[in-house]
Amino acid sequence: MSDLRDLYQEIILEHSKQPRNYRAIPAANHKAEGYNPLCGDHFTVYLTLEGDTIRDVSFEGSGCAISKASASMMTQALKGKSRADAEELFEKFHKLVTGHAESNGAESLGKLAAFSGVSEFPVRVKCATLAWHTLQAALKGEQEAVSTE
Amino acid sequence: MTTASHALTNSLPPVAPQSTFDVERVRREFAILHQKVNGKPLVYLDNAATSQKPESVLRTIDKYYREYNSNIHRGVHYLSERATQAYEQARQAVQRFFNAGDPSEVIFVRGTTEAINLVAQTYGRKHVGAGDEIVISAMEHHSGIVPWQMLCQEKGAKLRVAPINDRGEILLEDFEKLLGPKTKFVSLVHVSNVLGTINPVREMIAMAHRHGIPVMLDGAQAVPHVKVDVRALDVDFYAFSSHKLYGPTGEGVLYGKAKLLEAMPPYQGGGDMISSVTFEKTTYNKLPHRFEAGTPNIAGAIGLGAAIQYLNQFDWEQVEAHERDVLNYATERLLSIPAVRLIGTAREKTAVASFVMENIHPHDVGTILDQEGIAIRTGHHCAQPLMQRFGIPATARASFALYNTRTDVDALVAGLQKVLEVFQ
Repeated sequence: MSDLRDLYQEIILEHSKQPRNYRAIPAANHKAEGYNPLCGDHFTVYLTLEGDTIRDVSFEGSGCAISKASASMMTQALKGKSRADAEELFEKFHKLVTGHAESNGAESLGKLAAFSGVSEFPVRVKCATLAWHTLQAALKGEQEAVSTE
Repeated sequence: MTTASHALTNSLPPVAPQSTFDVERVRREFAILHQKVNGKPLVYLDNAATSQKPESVLRTIDKYYREYNSNIHRGVHYLSERATQAYEQARQAVQRFFNAGDPSEVIFVRGTTEAINLVAQTYGRKHVGAGDEIVISAMEHHSGIVPWQMLCQEKGAKLRVAPINDRGEILLEDFEKLLGPKTKFVSLVHVSNVLGTINPVREMIAMAHRHGIPVMLDGAQAVPHVKVDVRALDVDFYAFSSHKLYGPTGEGVLYGKAKLLEAMPPYQGGGDMISSVTFEKTTYNKLPHRFEAGTPNIAGAIGLGAAIQYLNQFDWEQVEAHERDVLNYATERLLSIPAVRLIGTAREKTAVASFVMENIHPHDVGTILDQEGIAIRTGHHCAQPLMQRFGIPATARASFALYNTRTDVDALVAGLQKVLEVFQ
């Protein structure tokens, strides 16, 4: 069960059961939908940007424990961050879950380091990154739903 | 060497019929089952996606490539003659398998999906026009939806969908009401890949025929589990895939009544489907070759023939009884877990147990089971409209083959207890 506990860490299970910032922002000035056709995961990410700063970020939708916890923890990590910070964080996160993190990569990710176990489960990388891809689309103001396929 | 002796060298010695169904003996024929995955004995419960292949099928394909690989229907040389004969013997094996009237009614295609597309693009394009209707059911696989949708878009026709109840059974009265003068075609799944429902196709075909409407059945999930007789059903077109029937991938069958096939325009143009070609005019070949343009999957067809030969050793009723026992046991054990809800509880069903778990996504179930060596399928199973019908994004699906046992079910249930432990 050790491998499984690496994937389903306590903090991930906790966020999947009680996701943070799980709501719509009616006045959001950026919004995007993300979809994983393989497993049917579907999220909407809402953003309130002031200039270059993420004032508020939230999400809604349905998905597996990994995708939901990832979305929840992403929203926590992003509040008050700049666009560039967000992009950089996604890059580090992506490296972490695909097993390409630099030796100190996990430390700079804070709580998000809990997703390091995903790298042992390649088919679940899409789950962990769905909210992040959706965020990227929202930041770019893309109207089309993004897909991880 | 005489023609008769070719036949003997191509096929394997017949296996003595089994008087009683011995699942342990069956399992010995499937080497792949005897391995460990993530340190645990493999429990393969993803048979509706694809089945494993017995030794005799693997040996037959290997023998073809090692001993008589060659192109068919053209060569005058020994190897070509032998390969042609084996390919046509496979066609005869299929014909007998589901009781088609003539081998020329058996068209080899890549799989069920190609068979449905073939019918949509030939029969469909010829007979469906603006304002016409095509009737399907709410439990179709995407391959039973999209080819007809494409045809409807092209022709300005309309797709009508027969509804199902909460058990996952087609509402026959509603189906019958959809049939009328505008209906030009009915396409139905024989057995649902998600729900396991065995549809009352004989009745549905009779209903459609009373209106003079031809019917196509997608038999991909049916032929491995249910004895199919295309003439008794009086079905107009029937499709299945080799790889779900213990044969190789990339091979499948379209059955069509000869009078319908003969009146259909060709599907693809090319070699083998012609009688003669000039730059001014081409005369098309006879059935079945008219619909088999290009070099076919020769090894695939021969492998499918071997899979059917493998199945012929069993008494079909015993196979059905064994699979019913495993499914009933699985249903009973799954229902004993309070967090589990079965999706698909039709009174007539086979070989599939789809379920969802309270507050746990199927994808997480699949990952945890995989750590226990248990292979199931999770997701929408290429049936998104059906998922919407049940108001769920996905299911976890355990699907059974003739080599599965009650012990496999016990492993699945123990695996689900692990899932509950992780998510407690």
